[in-house]
Amino acid sequence: MTRFSAFVQKEFRHILRDRRTLMILFGMPVIQVLLFGYVLTNEIKNASIAVLDPAKTEESIALTNKLVSSGYFQLEQNLVSQEELDRSFRSGKIKMAIVFPSDFIVDPSKPSSIQLIGDASDPNTATSLIQYANAIIADFVQEKAQDTGMASNQLTIRTETRMRYNPEQKAVFNFVPGVMTLILMLVSAMMTSITIAREKELGTMEVLLVSPLKPVQIILGKTAPYLALTLLNALVVVLVGIYIFGMPLKGSILLLTAECVLYMFVALSLGIFISTKAKDQMTAMFISALGLMMPTMLLSGFIFPRESMPVPLQVIGSAIPATWFNPIIKGIMIKGTGLDVLWKQTAVLGGMAIFFLAVSLRNFKDRL
Amino acid sequence: MSTIISTNQLTKTFGAFTAVNAISLEVNKGEIFGFLGANGAGKTTALKMLTGLLTPSSGSAMVAGFDVWKQPEQVKKRIGYMSQKFSLYEDLTIRENIRLFGGIYGLSMSDIREKTSHLLQKLELEKEAGTLVKSLPLGWKQKLAFSVAMLHDPKIVFLDEPTSGVDPLTRRQFWELIYEAAHRGVTLMVTTHYMEEAEYCNRLSMMVDGSLVALDTPGALKTQYQAKNMDEVFRKIARG
Amino acid sequence: MPVIEVQQLSKSYGPLQALENLSFQVEKGEIFGLIGPDGAGKTTLFRILATLLLPDQGSIQLCGLDGIKEYKKIRQMLGYMPGRFSLYQDLTVEENLEFFASVFGASIQKNYDLIAPIYTQIEPFKDRRAGALSGGMKQKLALCCALIHRPKVLLLDEPGTGVDPVSRQEFWEMLADLRRYGITMLVSTPNMDEAELCDRIALIQHGNIMAIDTPSGITNSFQHPLFAVRSDNMYTLIKELREMEGVKDCYAFGEYAHVKLEPSIAPTDTTAKIFQFLENNGHTQIDIKPTAPTIEDCFIELMKS
Repeated sequence: MTRFSAFVQKEFRHILRDRRTLMILFGMPVIQVLLFGYVLTNEIKNASIAVLDPAKTEESIALTNKLVSSGYFQLEQNLVSQEELDRSFRSGKIKMAIVFPSDFIVDPSKPSSIQLIGDASDPNTATSLIQYANAIIADFVQEKAQDTGMASNQLTIRTETRMRYNPEQKAVFNFVPGVMTLILMLVSAMMTSITIAREKELGTMEVLLVSPLKPVQIILGKTAPYLALTLLNALVVVLVGIYIFGMPLKGSILLLTAECVLYMFVALSLGIFISTKAKDQMTAMFISALGLMMPTMLLSGFIFPRESMPVPLQVIGSAIPATWFNPIIKGIMIKGTGLDVLWKQTAVLGGMAIFFLAVSLRNFKDRL
Repeated sequence: MSTIISTNQLTKTFGAFTAVNAISLEVNKGEIFGFLGANGAGKTTALKMLTGLLTPSSGSAMVAGFDVWKQPEQVKKRIGYMSQKFSLYEDLTIRENIRLFGGIYGLSMSDIREKTSHLLQKLELEKEAGTLVKSLPLGWKQKLAFSVAMLHDPKIVFLDEPTSGVDPLTRRQFWELIYEAAHRGVTLMVTTHYMEEAEYCNRLSMMVDGSLVALDTPGALKTQYQAKNMDEVFRKIARG
Repeated sequence: MPVIEVQQLSKSYGPLQALENLSFQVEKGEIFGLIGPDGAGKTTLFRILATLLLPDQGSIQLCGLDGIKEYKKIRQMLGYMPGRFSLYQDLTVEENLEFFASVFGASIQKNYDLIAPIYTQIEPFKDRRAGALSGGMKQKLALCCALIHRPKVLLLDEPGTGVDPVSRQEFWEMLADLRRYGITMLVSTPNMDEAELCDRIALIQHGNIMAIDTPSGITNSFQHPLFAVRSDNMYTLIKELREMEGVKDCYAFGEYAHVKLEPSIAPTDTTAKIFQFLENNGHTQIDIKPTAPTIEDCFIELMKS
């Protein structure tokens, strides 16, 4: 045990004495959250929507069809009640809902109104979806007017927009969780792979391998400090989100912590896996940046909505841990969802952790 | 014999630290001149001043007839440089490397073509012209690097630890190339901290803590310090 | 029983044959030198002996243990100093030593007698980061770290690289001193001068051992009369002497050129003959003296044969 604790102590010394590492560990998360706190507009395709249409008039059906045939929307569900609408939003199955009034008609005698409800825990997507819907509805009114030979200003459908979960549509609600997935991946995977590669580069790995330390001890000794620091990091990001950007934390803190640890395990085992392949720090850095960082940023749905990606990219995206962790963290923090909904994502992450840990332990040899 | 390098009280300070302290020396045309000293003794700084890469704090140096302070560009045209660590691009072929360095030194295409075939013939590398440099044995790489450093017919060639780590036979072949260059009137400045290499120089200068503490032929230094080889001379000087 | 026994060891990386059918033995308490240039296969051999690489063929035994099957036991008995000093640059001298001691489960107090002569030299700098030490001090610290668990066998891969001549000599004195403790040492170097400081040496080139013997045994086997010659023009001197009758070879050797004669030529009168030959060719400042062959002369001879 003294062997192991001496090892962990040494790792902490490396980290605390390297300003660059400290910057990456603690400076980057905060800077990234702040930087990403600005909106990026995105093009959206095939977003899942639900329709609550108690009227089922000719016109409401025609409008629904027009929305769905636009290519932006995909009808996921026909709702029957307000409760069902709530459930669908909580489960994250739908991005927007359209609620028709029970007496929906398009007639010059009286203006009718429709409710558009967006899931603003992903504010970029929600805003864009509502805009598209508004444009399509306006177009629908225009056509209708032409068909009936009326002036277009005689017919009106008023739309009423509501946002769920994040009524002020703060982009940061999207980016804080996104940055968390990125930072935890970056720190856990990249830092572990680099720190192991550094020992190889310096030649100290040769001496460690010859020593009575077991490979498992070397791996755990290398990762334990980062596990601790990364948890601290996650805390910093969450606190910045809550206290600077006013994010809610509706769900269970315990569940959030547990999910973070699970995700970090996936990232750490990925880091060890990379280090078994990389001979020096440069290579480790490259593989981590290209193989983990870029996909996490671009394909996990953190910046660009997955719905609008081509299918092959979506498939690749679903192999990225962040893709599964992102909804978990958003669900817990913004919607207050629990394991009853998030069990699937959690199970996928758990599977990934076991798989990568097994593969990297198999690949970590006690020879060169 | 004409002087090709002369320095007068050449000094370089970095803040309060004096890296090179008032060095005065003269090197003759066609001489193989050794520049010795432990790591951090000031060799590299002195060399950077002589090659026009660093401006002296005080004192002066004339290299190939030009003042390194006032006309560094003229100096750079007349010197060649070869280091054991980097001299050639490993991911280019032999021919591409020659072409590149010929171009860098402003040789005409016809000149480059002529020199390339001459060089390949002399080194017996004609068949390997299209081979990547990284796949050559170390000894060949060194000979090629030296020839490339000589491509623009420099008056002085600076060699940094040219033969460390090579086998004794290759080392001999390399020194014969150097002897030949010196025979043709090229001056060779060899920096090294391997005393084995020092033995081959005509004259040696030894730096300790920025100052020149010895300057003579290897034979005279060995006699003066009653040492059987340069290694022992170095030890006696370094221990003070 | 030999402490290190290597039999018909071969290792290749793809088409590159790093080691070819190597066999040798090292006795207890011996300083055994592996002398050869970069790329001769020294580091590969060290890594195999340190049980870090598996050979393609052949066997190794250390302290009577099989190097392939019982590698875990062997690792406990090894002190290994890889080519680059394997120290943590950002830890202090003392922290490095403490770390390696605890990793090997050793106590600095208990083994202090072994490292004391070396450690006392760097102890004044014990709070300095290893990265800020000179090459010579790094080398001493690395040796302390490799010794701290009282290994039976010490593997030192090119300990002299990047170290000034003063420190290098001190280092060899320390190794000689360690023989008292019965530690067996295998040292590699590209530096022929260092061969004489070993008890026995192997000359290695292209993954082959060309000769194994004591340093004097190797120089005694040199069959040719040898002369050191110099003049005002070394370039033409070497070229011309190669053509002279009775001269087997001539090559640069420091300030002089070494002239190797056919073994059949009697050394008498040779000095005068060479002098006459050079003078006829227009050389001045001629200096000729018989000289004893060095390890380097033998190495060249073995490479050419």
